Amino acid sequence: MAELNVVVDNPGSGTTREQDLIAQVQLGHHELFYELVRPYERRVYAAAMAILRNETDAEDVAQEAMLKALANIRQFRAEARFSTWLIQITVNEALMRRRRERAGMIEGIDDHRDEEGEYTPRDFADWREIPSEALERKEVRQKLAEALASLDRKYREVFILRDMEQLNIQETAEALGISIASVKTRLLRARLMLRDLLAGGWDRGWFSRLPFEKGTNPW
Amino acid sequence: MVNHETMNCEHVWKEISNYIEGDIAPASRAAMDDHFRTCQRCRSVLDGTRNVVRLYSDERMIDVPSGFGRRLEKRLSKTVRAQRPVWSTWYTWLIPIAALLLFVGGIRWASTRGHSQRPDQAQWVDKIPPDMKVVVSKGAKEFHVPGCEVIRNKEVRTLTARQAIDAGYVPCPKCMRKYLQAASNANATQETEARTEIDFDDERESRLR
Repeated sequence: MAELNVVVDNPGSGTTREQDLIAQVQLGHHELFYELVRPYERRVYAAAMAILRNETDAEDVAQEAMLKALANIRQFRAEARFSTWLIQITVNEALMRRRRERAGMIEGIDDHRDEEGEYTPRDFADWREIPSEALERKEVRQKLAEALASLDRKYREVFILRDMEQLNIQETAEALGISIASVKTRLLRARLMLRDLLAGGWDRGWFSRLPFEKGTNPW
Repeated sequence: MVNHETMNCEHVWKEISNYIEGDIAPASRAAMDDHFRTCQRCRSVLDGTRNVVRLYSDERMIDVPSGFGRRLEKRLSKTVRAQRPVWSTWYTWLIPIAALLLFVGGIRWASTRGHSQRPDQAQWVDKIPPDMKVVVSKGAKEFHVPGCEVIRNKEVRTLTARQAIDAGYVPCPKCMRKYLQAASNANATQETEARTEIDFDDERESRLR
């Protein structure tokens, strides 16, 4: 115990707090696990929600995934990113839950339709940037969430894992069990569709009450 | 491969996501940069797509139900508490040694059980009141005084000593010994009991050797 504490308390040890925590949890100090995963708990929930789209199921799967990560903590290798490892476990758990719940049901037809058809952007007006500060407003977040929810599942899932969960292309492909080429195609389409949806939203006044409305153009 | 001069809008849209990712050959990137300088429509597509990526990557876009973190912490700590006695203690290294001793002891114990006709053993068992309430745990071969620390945290079944003996259970050397000791102290001391204790100690010692 005494030696372990030295690692934590020594600021010159050259490792980050996260690496220390991982090492200690791997040694059996499971009571430190929550401290380790806390910075990622929101992302873990969002990953489960991306797949399951039901708050209760997503929360349950997020918890299950955390317990699974704890049980398998010794399998975590330092060369991987801990957050990525955690999110991949979560996506896997969520996909298993979905498969179990939909066993015997016919999958939605959008799942197997090919994604080869190219997407042509619809809106070419000068892009009016939505500044990040706008996210302080609940209605803006709501509109962005609605736009995302309107995408087909295959586009939405890839977009969430890559752009919200910050997995890279390869990790996204592994998590969803699809090819890298598919991830790239779906990601492109998701991004372009969202852009059009938000540009259209602007025209319909979604963002009309943004703080910069009366001042100079923010773009 | 991509001709600098002929990169058209459709081609730019197709590559725009890779462009943002930085996952594109330098020649293509240069061609696209040229295109953006002259094509306002594609510039709009690029700006908008970048804006989308930036907005959604913001932590504020993640909405979790209230109390989520608290419930997670509770569930984790519940699990951790359940595992605690096994891990995170300085004497963890003793566990394999104890296991080895128990294993060796078990073999010796099993080998002595063959001589159940030995008078001292029979007498020892005979001292146990037949209607005494004892408990047994699943998968084990010993019966215990209720509350014995050997069966702490284990699921137990209560029965009488006679039933336990008839079912092939043997007395727990720890708690049953204490029980008999207390009982014999309470009663007038008898020679046979003293001998039983000595015999038992010998046996225990031999198992631990």
